[in-house]
Amino acid sequence: MDVELRGITKRFGSVVANDNVNLTIRGGEVLGLLGENGAGKSTMMNMLSGLYTPDEGEILIDGKKVEFDGPGDGIEAGIGMVHQHFMLVPVFTVAENVVLGVEPTGKMGYLDMRRARRQVEEINEKYGLHVPPDELIEELPVGIQQRVEILKVLFRSADVLILDEPTAVLTPQEVREFFGIVNTLKEAGKAIVFITHKLHEILEISDRVSVLRQGRITGEGDPKTLTEADLAEMMVGRPVSFTTDKEPAKPGRTMIEMQNVSMLDETDEIVLERVSMSVRSGEVVGVAGVQGNGQTELVEALTGLERVASGKIIFDGTDITTASVRERHKMGMAHIPEDRHKSGMVDSFTIAENMVLNNYYAPEYSRGWAIDWNKVAETSARYCVEFDVRTPSVYLPGGSLSGGNQQKMVVARELERETKLVIASQPTRGVDVGSIEYIHERLIQARDEGDGVLIVSSELDEVLGLSDRIYVMYDGRIVAEFDNTGGKADRNAVGLAMAGAHNGDAATGEGDAA
Amino acid sequence: MTEHDDLKGVNERMRSLMARTTHGRDDFEDLVIVPLFAVVVALVFGALIMLATAVDIPTIGRSFAALAIGSVGSLNAWSETLTAAIPLVLAGLGLGLGFRAGLFNIGAEGQLVMGGLAAVIAGFSLDFLPIVIHLPLTLLIGIAVGAGYAAIAGILKATTGAHEVISTIMLNLISFELLNWLLRQPWLQREGRSDPISKSVPDSAQLPQLLDWINPNLRLHAGLFVMLIAVAFIWWLLFRSKIGFAFRASGENPSAANYAGMKASFVIVLAMATAGGLAGLAGASQITGVLGRASPGFSAGIGFDAIAVALLGRSHPVGILFAGILFGGLEAGGRQMQVAAGVSIDLIGIIQALIIVFIAAPLLVRAIFPWGFRRNGRKEDAA
Repeated sequence: MDVELRGITKRFGSVVANDNVNLTIRGGEVLGLLGENGAGKSTMMNMLSGLYTPDEGEILIDGKKVEFDGPGDGIEAGIGMVHQHFMLVPVFTVAENVVLGVEPTGKMGYLDMRRARRQVEEINEKYGLHVPPDELIEELPVGIQQRVEILKVLFRSADVLILDEPTAVLTPQEVREFFGIVNTLKEAGKAIVFITHKLHEILEISDRVSVLRQGRITGEGDPKTLTEADLAEMMVGRPVSFTTDKEPAKPGRTMIEMQNVSMLDETDEIVLERVSMSVRSGEVVGVAGVQGNGQTELVEALTGLERVASGKIIFDGTDITTASVRERHKMGMAHIPEDRHKSGMVDSFTIAENMVLNNYYAPEYSRGWAIDWNKVAETSARYCVEFDVRTPSVYLPGGSLSGGNQQKMVVARELERETKLVIASQPTRGVDVGSIEYIHERLIQARDEGDGVLIVSSELDEVLGLSDRIYVMYDGRIVAEFDNTGGKADRNAVGLAMAGAHNGDAATGEGDAA
Repeated sequence: MTEHDDLKGVNERMRSLMARTTHGRDDFEDLVIVPLFAVVVALVFGALIMLATAVDIPTIGRSFAALAIGSVGSLNAWSETLTAAIPLVLAGLGLGLGFRAGLFNIGAEGQLVMGGLAAVIAGFSLDFLPIVIHLPLTLLIGIAVGAGYAAIAGILKATTGAHEVISTIMLNLISFELLNWLLRQPWLQREGRSDPISKSVPDSAQLPQLLDWINPNLRLHAGLFVMLIAVAFIWWLLFRSKIGFAFRASGENPSAANYAGMKASFVIVLAMATAGGLAGLAGASQITGVLGRASPGFSAGIGFDAIAVALLGRSHPVGILFAGILFGGLEAGGRQMQVAAGVSIDLIGIIQALIIVFIAAPLLVRAIFPWGFRRNGRKEDAA
């Protein structure tokens, strides 16, 4: 089945989300769709699934014009979408989830689960999905859950599959298996739209690539002849450097050290188990791991957001195990939080207010019990210039900035202070390629000025690219440590440790690449 | 690119970044047009309700005229309007501050009772003091007792997580019964009276009347200045002080406040206490400026009306000032309405409630008056 978008334009108020977009999707082919956040990828795909109606232009399926009025119309026409955030019922089995909404029924309308199960098995077989139909969703790993989502759209006989950032939640090994499935689907004649902002994945899996920028198609081509640099330039509109140039690390004294730290969550489950780690001044230490393996808790323990159950944390020679967030902040700990919307900023506060969110009490901004807002505005303006935060005024709400600019605002606030240790959690999540480059440079600069830098990221490339040393976390423990001087850590070995392969041997000492 | 800019360019850019943004049309619509239309719609609905209850049209006309005259039509009307506004604004400031900090304090009524009661006791028992000490001290004691009473709910929330809506409602009930019981105690009850009424506050603890040199019946008292000072102080506290910054951050995004090292329990207790202090001051000013003694139910629902005032004023001190004056005017005018046109004062309650409904539903007001607003004023989020 072929789908063609012709001259599609979609506006939201004064914002043009898609501007005269032409795109062809062919059966038996993988189309890579690349673009930064807000480039208009999701809007375009939502028009294909029937959620939005285009203001101008038309959609053709096998040469015939179609009109979608509602969310169900896309799948009706054979276009299925696999969302980045799964839409599954955790306490239902795989088969139950797959048939939910289109349940096969027998006489008198009773639910024919036997038939449902059989149909699920058939699809499973045909595309090599290997999903156990009777398992509960909550008991399956994320990679398998994703296949259930694919099963769902195949069950609804989709011929076009739109995969929205499918690899964001997978380990490198899971990505390999996932690409295998994509190839099987392609060989079966399905048309695949693969949406991502990871350049190397596009080059690896797609047959054709289209790049979106500011709602327009800014580049198309054959991945065999294109390079990552070409794609990035189409995406950002200027040449982008990928490797962060850095001198070899000159590690100094131990800046922070965790000794046998364990932590429990509200339900008394162990979330950190006897974690020992350290960061020295002048080095970047990366923490790799699939999301949800204790990295968040590690950062909470280090920054004082949560109390540890046992163990000790020592910051530049001082025991800070029970110190408050503010005490640690005052001692020179900077923290770029994992989720800037949830905790790094207040959307309704002005940029100036956000720039001093955790530093508002400092003497340089104080006038008695009041805050010297003119001083704050001046400092904020300087930060905005320095970090290229694009806004017409520091008095606009922080929420009015784009994602990348919000992150630069948070990074500016944390790095433009006298610090000894920078804890950066997902420092470039949801940030455009151009800003990523700049944030990375600044983190390396902090290192070169003698700070200890700890980077926690679910992007393995980010950890490998920046770190001098790497810890891998799995199931609340540090399961491996790699020396990455000069980028010598083995990507494959780190990936295996992320998947929990090295539980026994690596937990005690250095990983195999060290 | 910035490092290539010369210093002049950087300075230029900084200056433009620091230029204050002017308030846009959207702010104007939200802050002026919506409340204005809400009042108009509420009055129209009030008229329709009167029609529905078989009031004839001339009477409706007369009652609205009485409402206008009774609220702003004479010096006496203004005096009554402002007198009614004083406790509403004071308590409303406290509630608005609580809302800003993310606390839904329903307990202003109880805090007001406790503050008023404390002012009565301080008033008659410290009557040996000169007015320059006695009056401020009486008000301060009212503030302290109101603050302490509200802090109970704050401490309960901070330590056990007990929701402030529940605990403040319960504290209200406790304060009402405490008042009734205390008013029958011999040391508080007025000599020679069998009904529950307290001793009087001596002149040295009374807020002086401002207009009695024109006409002794004009009740407006020096609480007006207390109110204006409180408006300025709360504005400063919220938007200029360090602790106000922590209040607002905690209210807007508790998890960001936590990240920024602001102590949630500290903010909760302090914000509750500040709110209670203002409600206590409202009670004390009512006692020392208008009533002169305590009697059962002397709080007269002011603490509850103040919730509406705080909401109408968008939890902004200046907005609360105007909202309080509006509600004061409705109350003063409502009494006139009842006297002159024989329409029940309950109608005023209905109109007040309708104003709140329309303020709370700006989209409804926009739908009723489409020509009052710019089209497509709200930009949809691009997905």
